[in-house]
Amino acid sequence: MFQNIGEMVVLFWRTLMALPLTWRQRGKVFDQLFEIGNASLLMVCILSFFIGGVIALQTGPVLVERGLASAVGGVVGIAICKELSPVLMAVLIAGRIGSAMAAEIGSMRVYQEIDALRTMNISPIHYLVLPRLVAIATALPMLVIFSILVAWLGGALVCLSNDRIAISFASYFMNLNDVVAIKDVANGVFKSFVFALIIGVVSCQQGLITRGGPRGIGRSVTKAVVNSIVLIVILDYILTRVLLR
Amino acid sequence: MNTASRTNGGVGLKVKGLCKSFASLEVLRDINLEVKPGEIFVLMGPSGSGKSVLLRHLVGLEVPDAGEILLDGQAIQGEGVLSGYRLAMVFQSGGLLNSLSVGENIGLYLSEHRLKSPEEIERIVAEKLDVVGLRGTENKMPSELSGGMRKRAAIARALVIEPQLILYDEPTSELDPLSSVVVAEEIVRLNDRIGVTSLVVSHDRQLAFGIADRIAVIHEGQIVTVGAAKEVEQSTDPLVKEFLSAGYKRATT
Ligand SMILES: Nc1ncnc2c1ncn2[C@@H]1O[C@H](COP(=O)(O)OP(=O)(O)O)[C@@H](O)[C@H]1O
Ligand SMILES: [Mg+2]
Repeated sequence: MFQNIGEMVVLFWRTLMALPLTWRQRGKVFDQLFEIGNASLLMVCILSFFIGGVIALQTGPVLVERGLASAVGGVVGIAICKELSPVLMAVLIAGRIGSAMAAEIGSMRVYQEIDALRTMNISPIHYLVLPRLVAIATALPMLVIFSILVAWLGGALVCLSNDRIAISFASYFMNLNDVVAIKDVANGVFKSFVFALIIGVVSCQQGLITRGGPRGIGRSVTKAVVNSIVLIVILDYILTRVLLR
Repeated sequence: MNTASRTNGGVGLKVKGLCKSFASLEVLRDINLEVKPGEIFVLMGPSGSGKSVLLRHLVGLEVPDAGEILLDGQAIQGEGVLSGYRLAMVFQSGGLLNSLSVGENIGLYLSEHRLKSPEEIERIVAEKLDVVGLRGTENKMPSELSGGMRKRAAIARALVIEPQLILYDEPTSELDPLSSVVVAEEIVRLNDRIGVTSLVVSHDRQLAFGIADRIAVIHEGQIVTVGAAKEVEQSTDPLVKEFLSAGYKRATT
């Protein structure tokens, strides 16, 4: 996967250079945004709710036993917004949207649609990559904000209903409010923005270098998803280290 | 773009010493070819002889290992030369974008480069569809068209560019005989009407002898003969003779 990094950087750079053309391509950006929202909103909702729930379930009893019931809201709140929502939503979107991007661009490559674009002097970067990258870089951070809220709520419900934790909504959210600063949420959202760029660039690049018929498309899709996830996890560590100060 | 040469009429094409290998596979070996402005030139040859690869070089989709491609005497590798001419290629499979309707496909060049207003594009699309006999299919998706219709739609898309050189990759393969005739007539009509230079790649002998001003035969990446249809027909080269006279023989017992 690492031999493609150079090409990915070039693709990213050329897409950045094309950013002024975004307004022209706004129709396609909206199409992509709709596609992303449509395909993932329900899944984000369900996934986030259970992530919040399970984190509360794992940490709640341990803290309560040690007399730290008042810390549960803060622990769950921080874990969700700084780490779990950004990373898991990125993985979800890599699987749901990154794969679709690689498959779509890959099949356009295999069936000579991209060659046709180039003979018409239409740049595949302007026409295909730019709208996708702009859309995913806008959509993922918004999905992550949504996911954080749903996951907090999931955590609260579990804390309330589980009798080994048994913390009221009020004290859960009070503690959460004390511990979690806006900066922490911003931190997570920023990470998700970087992850979105990774998913977009990796998937589009894999799509563009697809060769060898339908099997090649399958290979590109797999590589797009796997490479995105690996890079997300590695970059997650690096970004967390940098943002930790 | 495309301000350099708004004159109509065909452009001359010259290929000099073109070589191309993929890994260890030598696909084109020293191709020399000249297509005169406004003529219909047919390149014939068996499958795998490098015809499509040659066409891809002419529109800049492949970079030659050696040799030159000249449009009106200017090398296409030069900055802005390729985009200064209006070239169009009709791909073997049509190359229509499956995510767009037929009308959007045909108007794509104009809408992406913002050359015309939406209303004008609509009018031009309808007009070009009419030319290729596909009136009223604007809102169909490419997947709803038959192979022959897709190919004609691809020709319509090429027409919108008002090309000076148009390249056809196997325009009649996969078509029934009737559609083949329609497409062949279309190629000739276009050539007459706008004087576009046409380079047709095909292994269809009937098409070649039906429409060509001149014919070349390519074999394993080398041009074995070039000439007017009559000359090629009477060629004594064994490879050419074999290719032109191949036919089905029923075993007799
Ligand atoms: N991108 C490529 N990579 C490797 N080999 C290729 C590529 N494109 C074409 N070839 C090979 O070049 C040869 C000529 O192909 P082509 O020009 O498509 O033949 P045809 O004359 O039937 O159009 C074939 O052997 C094909 O396998
Ligand atoms: Mg071919």
